[in-house]
Formats: sequence, structure tokens, C-alpha cells
Amino acid sequence: MINPHLNLFIESGLFVDGNMNWKPIMPAIIILAPLIGFIINGAISLYLNRPNVNSKGESSNGLKRIVSVVGPGSILASFIVVGLNGFRMLLAGHPTTFNANYWTWLQTSDFQVNVGIQIDTLSIVMMAVITGVGFLIHLFSIGYMESEKGYARYFAYLNLFVFFMLILVMGSSYPIMFVGWEGVGLCSYLLIGYWFEDEEKASAGKKAFIVNRIGDLGFLLGIFLLHSALGSVDYVGVAENASGVFVYGGGLVTLITLFFLLAGVGKSAQIPLFVWLPDAMAGPTPVSALIHAATMVTAGVYLIVRSSVLFAMAPVTSALVAGIGVSTALFAATIACKQYDIKKVLAYSTISQLGYMFLGVGVGAYTAGVFHLVTHAFFKALLFLGAGAVIHSMHHALHKVHSEDDPQDMRNMGGLRQYMPITCFLMWIATLAISGVWPLSGFFSKDEIIWMTGSFAMAESSPFPSLYKIYWVMAVATALMTAYYMTRFMVMTFHGKNRTVDGAGSAIHETPKIMLIPLIILGFLSFFGGWVNVTPHLMESVIGGFGALPMTDWLHHWIEPVIAESHHIQLENIGETGHVSPVGGGEVFWAVLSTCAAAVLVIGTTYFKSKSLSYGVLGEDSGTISRFLYNKWYIDEFYDKWIVKPLGQMSKFCWLKFDQGFIDRAVNLSGRSAKGIGWFGSLFHTGQVNTYAFFLTLGLLAVLITVMF
Amino acid sequence: MLPTQVLFLSAVIFVVGTLGVIVRRNAIIMFLCIELQLNAVNMAFVALSRYVGIEGQLFVFFVMTVAAAEAAVGLAIIISIFRHYESVITDDFSFLRW
Repeated sequence: MINPHLNLFIESGLFVDGNMNWKPIMPAIIILAPLIGFIINGAISLYLNRPNVNSKGESSNGLKRIVSVVGPGSILASFIVVGLNGFRMLLAGHPTTFNANYWTWLQTSDFQVNVGIQIDTLSIVMMAVITGVGFLIHLFSIGYMESEKGYARYFAYLNLFVFFMLILVMGSSYPIMFVGWEGVGLCSYLLIGYWFEDEEKASAGKKAFIVNRIGDLGFLLGIFLLHSALGSVDYVGVAENASGVFVYGGGLVTLITLFFLLAGVGKSAQIPLFVWLPDAMAGPTPVSALIHAATMVTAGVYLIVRSSVLFAMAPVTSALVAGIGVSTALFAATIACKQYDIKKVLAYSTISQLGYMFLGVGVGAYTAGVFHLVTHAFFKALLFLGAGAVIHSMHHALHKVHSEDDPQDMRNMGGLRQYMPITCFLMWIATLAISGVWPLSGFFSKDEIIWMTGSFAMAESSPFPSLYKIYWVMAVATALMTAYYMTRFMVMTFHGKNRTVDGAGSAIHETPKIMLIPLIILGFLSFFGGWVNVTPHLMESVIGGFGALPMTDWLHHWIEPVIAESHHIQLENIGETGHVSPVGGGEVFWAVLSTCAAAVLVIGTTYFKSKSLSYGVLGEDSGTISRFLYNKWYIDEFYDKWIVKPLGQMSKFCWLKFDQGFIDRAVNLSGRSAKGIGWFGSLFHTGQVNTYAFFLTLGLLAVLITVMF
Repeated sequence: MLPTQVLFLSAVIFVVGTLGVIVRRNAIIMFLCIELQLNAVNMAFVALSRYVGIEGQLFVFFVMTVAAAEAAVGLAIIISIFRHYESVITDDFSFLRW
């Protein structure tokens, strides 16, 4: 029987009345459009790369135009359907969770996995971010990748990525999420190693893939444990059975959540598995924006929010989530302060902001985590695309004067504001947003996370009150450092004197419109994106004017149905989280954060401007701490020495001593012994009829004797 | 003669035949020894048919038929080997060995 949901066009009504029963229209289109895009672009890529292609490059321009339309177009189609459904959900008020099972994927005696999707308030937010920001980045890529050889291949991979990312957030069970999880990992690998002729870039892709495997193992073990404990691996079943099987703080649920945490740590680049993300910057910049800032790396946060019921029951894991998050945030921020590669700064900034999201979900503020995820997707995508625009212009300018300088090194930039005023302006918006300056988006989301950390520490029976207070201090410190390194980043790139080699400066110019338009839209979102969720505690304060906004606290109410159960558990076991921060009035706290961030910004700007920024001066960093931070705390070296090398030596030992020395010898011995026995047997095989007759007689006698006695 | 004595004679002749097959190297002699074995068996059949019934004697005819056929084929092989190698001494033939 055909499942009615397979019929894409079964329901035609666009609007629904205000009741809670809500059904999406054409949900399969959302997933299938990027897949179709991938197939078309992939086919074109293969066609253009076919052997014996004639040198005229016939009609490749026409095909390129098709790619330019199909690549972003498929994502746009997906985005339109998502928007349509989101609109319908909004009209439905409190929409019910929609589940559709298409077919059975795995079936054993007591283990069944259905291929199905779940659309609820959480996944629609994720889908909107993925397809919306994804579309803008696709648009940007048209300009950025224009002169690349593998243009069709690039868009094929990018479409495939969006396809898997949508599976990840739309799947109705953990195994389906795992399919998307692995798929995005694959696309990440393919796109990091996009310029695979360069060995360094190819091995960066491998590094990302291998480090992620550690997390994937955790995900799998978590799923297995979950199934053995609950007998169900889909979200609905888990939510139904969890409270009946698990106890608050129990060992089993803690173990499961620890495995899921390991998965999240790998995918979201947290301590100790963050090392792949800075290297992932080897890929094209729009890829960094889409995969390594806005969407894929937030999958870990999404996983934890999806499993909020489990995490709420495991206070130890939650404390660990928050601890890992805030340590990563602080740690990555310190490194970002001393990087010179324009993309490396943003990479560490991304790790830092992901740490904030982990902190948020670790203190039970699942909405705050998702909120920061969304705003971060806006301003970090803008920062990356802006950086991409800068690199693009720098590359062309340096190419024009035949300079070998690194177009990504900020020491070669400076004063780009005069050449790229619009990009500069938009990136300042993103910088102010990420620094947490009121009233831009980052302020609201980061403030909520920090505020929730504080109030979690002050809750009636908080599990580890002093620990959470330390987290709170670290989070505030990180917020200030964020303002510092982002100011440094902007000043070094856009202000001061121009430091590019002679003649190259004037060749730098604003990027083409196709790259500028996505930046403008993202700038708009970075500015206003935070207004959808102005928390109530802010309304009582000076900037209470925002209380009048219709969207006040909207996201909180919107996602509430998905995480209601976890809040219930939290309320039962921890009690009401106080509306106070560790330093006193929660109402004034926002001001402290924002003002400090602004102050750091001003100080940083004047400091860097007064310092005569010339290439030579910044090129030398002599201080011990500077060198320590510039070399990223020597973490890569540490891993190399204590993990990679010992692993290599162990493998070598296994290879030379165990495999060659023991297993191979055992195999050879059995071979030789067979040969020896054969040789002995062959002695009886003389070819003489008489000998055979003799043995025949002996055998006959033996049989006779056996029979007789 | 008692059947026991006949069976004893039959066993002696069989052992002589067997030893002949094992020890002698001349294919013709070995062939004769095989015939000796067959006839020793025939003798035992006949002796035992006194207790068992006519089937024993009947079997002797089968054995003789098979022996005649075997003699024809065996001698043909020996002749053909002799034509090729000018020898019927089995020491000269070890081509049964691989």
C-alpha cells in the first residue's frame, strides 16, 4: 500500500485554521530538492570531466550556467517549502508534532527502524536556518567559485551536504539522524579536500574525517544502549519511555548521555576533539561558512537538544556538557586573540561560540542554545562570507601584481575599508553582534546563555552550585575576549594603513553583486535576528522597550513543546532557577556584559589604531605568551606527541612484531608442517605396484584383525 | 577331506599368491600369483558351500568368469607394456608415481 505521505501533492490547501492539527505540505520536497540538485550537478561534473574531452571546451559555459541555476535553485526550492510550512505552523499556533514513516529500513525481531521524518517546532527552525543560510551561501559561491575548475563538483557536494543536513534534522529517529550525521561528515571531508591536488588540504580533510569517527563511535554506542534500555530509538518512543525506565541521575542514562556527548564533542569541535576545525579552513571559504560555522558543527547542539529528556535526567553529564562548552569557549578565545590568518581567527571564534551553545544546553537552557545557534548562523556566516570576499579580492589583487603573499594573512591587509566599504560596514555589524553589543542579535542570545548559567548556579537545589558559578565567570570572561579578538580582527583587516605589497592595494575592490547581496541579507539578520527572543528578564530593565515587540520571548514559547518534558524533570529535581545572577541583580547584569563588551571594543580599536600597524612590526611576535597562543597552546603538537605518534608506534609494533613476527610465522609454520607431512606421506608413494600391494595387504590384515577382535 | 583341511590348504595357497604379488618383480609371475589367489578363494567357496548351500559353488563360476576377463585384459596390458619398454619387470615402471 502506498503511504499517503508519499503523495507529495495530496494536500493542496495553503492555509489552515487555528486548530492544533497541522500537516505539512510537500515535506518530501524539502529533502528531495537538494538531492535532485546533487544528481544534476554531479552528472554535469562527471560529463565535463569525462575522458577524451575535446580541447575546445564546447558548451561548458552553458553547462556552467545550468549549475549556477540548479545549485542555489534547488536549495531555494527547499527553502520556499520550508518557509511555507513554517508559515502554516505559525498560523496553527501550537502545532502538533508531525510524523511520517515512509518505509521500514531495518527489521529484526525486536529492533525496527523506519525511514521517517519528524517536523516539529525545533526541526522547522533548524530547517529554516539550513536552507535559508544555505541558499545565501550557495548564491555567494557563484561569485566566489567562478573561476574554479571543479565548479560543478563544488555545487554537487554542497547540494549533497544540504540534503544530508536536512536528513539529520528531519529524521524521526536516532538512526536516521545518524545517517545524516555521517553524510554531512562525508561532505565535509569532500569539501575540505576540495583542492585535493594540494596534499596539505587533502590531509586536512582526512583529519576532519578521522577525528569525527571518534564521536561517531559514541553516537552509535549511545543508540545501541538506548535501544537495549528502552526498546525504541525514535524520538517519540524515547520521550514516552524515558521517564518510566530511567531514574534521575541514574547510571544508565548518564552513560547514554555521555556517549551522545562524545558524539556532539566530535561534530561540534569541542575539547578535546576540536583540532579538526581549524584545519578544515583549508576548504573554500563559503564551505567554511556553511558547514564549519552555520550548520554542520551545530549538529552536536541539536543532538543534545533532541535528547533533552535524557540530558535533563543526567545532571553529571549536563555539568560536563557545560564544563566542556565553557572551557572550549574560553580556550578557543585565547587562541583567536593571536592568530593572523583571517580564517583561523574565525575558526577559533566558531569553536568558542559553539562552546557557548554547549554551555547553554548544559545548564538546561535548551532554547538559549538553539537561539545562539540561530543567531550565530547569521553573524558567523556573514563574517565568513565577508572574509571570503576579502580573500577573493586580495587574491585577485595579489595575482595582478604577481605577488606570492598570502591573501589570507591579516598582516598583509589593513585599510581595506577604503576599497571595500560595504563589506567593511556589514562585517562591523557581525562583529558587534558576536561581541554581544546591545541591541544586535548576539547580545540577546549570549546574554540568555550567561544569565541562565548564573541562575542555574543559584537554583534551589542546583547539583553543583559552585561549579556553575565558575562556569559563569568563565563565560563572562570569554564574552569580553570575544569583543577583543573580533575588534583586533576588524582593525587589522579594514583599518589603519594599507599593508599590501605595492600596487596591489588599488587593485582591491568591492566584490560583485552576487556576492554582496547575501552579505546584505545576512547583515540584516545579524542585526535584527535576536529580536525574536528577547527574554523576559530584559523587559523589566532599561531596554524594556523591547517588551513591546510582538516577538518577545517568541522562540522560547515556540520550542517549548519539544523540551517541555525536560523542563518538567528539571523543575522536579532542581527546582525553580532563580532570577538572580551570582553578582546580584539579574536585571542589571545585561548592562554589565554589553557595556564591558563595548568598552573593550573601543579600547581595542584605539589601541590597535595607535599602534603603527606595518607588516614588519606585526610579523614578529616575541612574547612567550604570544608565541604560546599563536601556536594554539601547542595542542596539535601535544596530540602528535602523545596520541598520534604512540598510535603510530603501536601500529608499527603490531605490524612488525605481532603481525609479521607472530601471525605470519604461525601461518608459515602451519604451511610448512603440512608440507612436511605431505613429504612424509609421499615416501609411501613409490610408484612400485609391489609396494602398493604390500600396503594393501597390510591394510586388509588390519581390517581383519579389527573385525575379529 | 574335511572342509577345515580344505580351508587350510586354501589359506596356504592364498598366502603364497599374496607373497608372490608382493615379492616378485616379473609382471607375468605377479599375474600368475593373482590367479593363484583367486583360485584359493574359489577353493574356500567350494569347501564352505557344504555348510551354506549351493550359492558358494555358484559364486565360483562368477569368479572364474571375472578371472578369465581379467586375464585377457591384464595380459593385453602386459604385452603392450612389453612392446613399449621391452621389459615386464615392475622395477622399471614407476610412472604411476605422479
